Amino acid sequence: MARAVTTQHKTIATAAAWIVALLIFFPILYTIITSFKSEQEAIQGFNLFPSGTTESYSEVQAQNGYFKFFLNSVFLSVGSTVLALLVAIPAAWSMAFSPGKRTKDILMWMLSTKMMPAVAVLFPIYLIFRDTGLLDSRIGLMVMLMLINLPIVVWMLYTYFREIPGEILEAARMDGASLWNEIIYVLTPMAVPGIASTMLLNIILAWNEAFWTIRLTTTEAAPLTAFISSFSSPQGLFWAKLSAASTLAIAPILIMGWFSQKQLVRGLTFGAVK
Amino acid sequence: MKLRTFTLGLFSASALAFAAHAESITIATVNNGDMVRMQKLTDDFTATNPDIQLQWVTLEENVLRERVTTDIATKGGQYDVMTIGTYEVPIWAKQSWLLPLDKLGDDYDVKDIIPAIAGGLSVDGKLYAAPFYGESSFVMYRKDLMEKAGLQMPDAPTWDFIKQAADKMTDRANGVNGVCLRGKAGWGENMAFLTAMSNSFGARWFDENWKPQFDQPEWKNTLQFYVDLMKADGPEGASSNGFNENLALFQQGKCGMWIDATVAASFVSDPKNSTVADKVGYALAPDNGLGKRGNWLWAWSLAIPAGTQKADAAQKFVSWATSKHYAELVASKEGWANVPPGTRSSLYANPEYQKAAPFAKMTLDSINSADPTHPTVKPVPYVGVQFVAIPEFQGLGTTVGQLFSAALAGQSSVDDALKQAQDAATATMTEGGYIK
Repeated sequence: MARAVTTQHKTIATAAAWIVALLIFFPILYTIITSFKSEQEAIQGFNLFPSGTTESYSEVQAQNGYFKFFLNSVFLSVGSTVLALLVAIPAAWSMAFSPGKRTKDILMWMLSTKMMPAVAVLFPIYLIFRDTGLLDSRIGLMVMLMLINLPIVVWMLYTYFREIPGEILEAARMDGASLWNEIIYVLTPMAVPGIASTMLLNIILAWNEAFWTIRLTTTEAAPLTAFISSFSSPQGLFWAKLSAASTLAIAPILIMGWFSQKQLVRGLTFGAVK
Repeated sequence: MKLRTFTLGLFSASALAFAAHAESITIATVNNGDMVRMQKLTDDFTATNPDIQLQWVTLEENVLRERVTTDIATKGGQYDVMTIGTYEVPIWAKQSWLLPLDKLGDDYDVKDIIPAIAGGLSVDGKLYAAPFYGESSFVMYRKDLMEKAGLQMPDAPTWDFIKQAADKMTDRANGVNGVCLRGKAGWGENMAFLTAMSNSFGARWFDENWKPQFDQPEWKNTLQFYVDLMKADGPEGASSNGFNENLALFQQGKCGMWIDATVAASFVSDPKNSTVADKVGYALAPDNGLGKRGNWLWAWSLAIPAGTQKADAAQKFVSWATSKHYAELVASKEGWANVPPGTRSSLYANPEYQKAAPFAKMTLDSINSADPTHPTVKPVPYVGVQFVAIPEFQGLGTTVGQLFSAALAGQSSVDDALKQAQDAATATMTEGGYIK
């Protein structure tokens, strides 16, 4: 009897999980489906079975070459993540292992910068970029993306580092490890799952960032967000074309997320309240 | 070691990013059919100007407006040619943000530009932007449904006729709405339509002394008529419908009439995208017998920001893109029906164009009947048919648009919406120093 209940519970839980997952994934799925419709099919109401035309893809590719934008997206998301980790690992280390009186306040302050609407600092940032010649440059945008994601990276790493017993680091110090050796050879290998998931999450965040990447670029540094935005038209909805552009833009990150889902989930739950 | 290699790689990549460019001009534009076509045809320009490379930035209309405004206000120098509308040109030209277009070439024929359009793009007699395509608004209607209703659409209908026809054509059981009009809030969405409509009702935004006029009976008549008409004969959820949404509804056969941009004519009559392509008729925008019709005037135009370092190259490009030669180029590659409309008188005199575009005459008549310098029945201190060409209008127009959209959705009464609009306009104009 007890076993029957458990099996039933399991079935219900699995079904519920599937339903929730489908609900969350549905907008993306429908975008992909719509991308294989003709424009006329796309506006003719709800329909899960497209005619399978790839007309929108060829039009999108012909209108605005995909690869330049794609390469910029890769460069910006990976570059800004590496840069963020270089800054955040030492910062999180110091806050986790030798906290001061104000460490908590500093952490809160860092997070508070994420609460400000980005548009509030558009003009100052735009002027700084203009005067330093960084408008439409990949390096400028990489630094910008690093800065806006830094609070989250520091917070995540801080939480992971807190899980590592300080005694291990003390032991390393006893054995004569220098500060850098301690961070590189002892701390980092132990925190690899945490760092990996931070990295993955940050790449996703940087990939999807659509405020600064559109506003600080024109042609040279424009990533896939600018690519999608260029298909929004004042002369019609063009859902099929927009869906094709969106599908092309999210496909790489979706595939990456699929392959690294284990690390992502492990990393995200690592350091959670136990 | 690995880290060092990576860092080195990173630095060399960044060095590449800073590498100098060849002489090229950057053009900011919106994604519409005519602009996309121009991008495909640029080989013709680079063939005669091999030293000039063209870089395109295509953006969504609102993002384009924001980016271009940021760039021009800070003299960022990101763009050498900008696509802007009739609203921006007079304001920006007065701020000295745009260069006058005085080197368009001997064979450019400025006088050929339709006077109503050229007037909206000039300040003190100097042209500050060259029109790429121009539009007015008119009535598009379903000939079959009109016939079924036992009515005949006159070339120049009145608002009363529109109401009568809409009532008769509405057939909710079969998903047909008598009339589809813009309801989505925004100065370029519902307010473009309502401001133009209010002109035909004798209303105006401001009197000669910049005093807001929403407390006057003309505005009450306009808004009440619009809300009543849409409640009786409009589509469900009309308060979130803009140009694109109404276009989709009309193409699916869900609207008996649609009053909107003349440029829509080529989309609703295109059998590839429209299910009613062979059943569409056209008429001038309605009036109330007061001497002004409810149609607007707009031109997407190419302008050169004062901050550019490449003014000569930019002007050469603008001249090419808005020339008669370009119209012929499009006609030879894609047919006369695809030539950008509404900018040159010579196009409308061309019999081949008249044959290819059955809506040509109606478009030209609509454009000619809109006068941005005298848009209203009573005198006004501003320029603009469906907008007021002052910098404050973007914000104020959108605020009022939200109030009117709420009235359409039934969230507030017409009287409340007008009272709040009057308060908002008074506050903005006081703050701006127009009134005390």
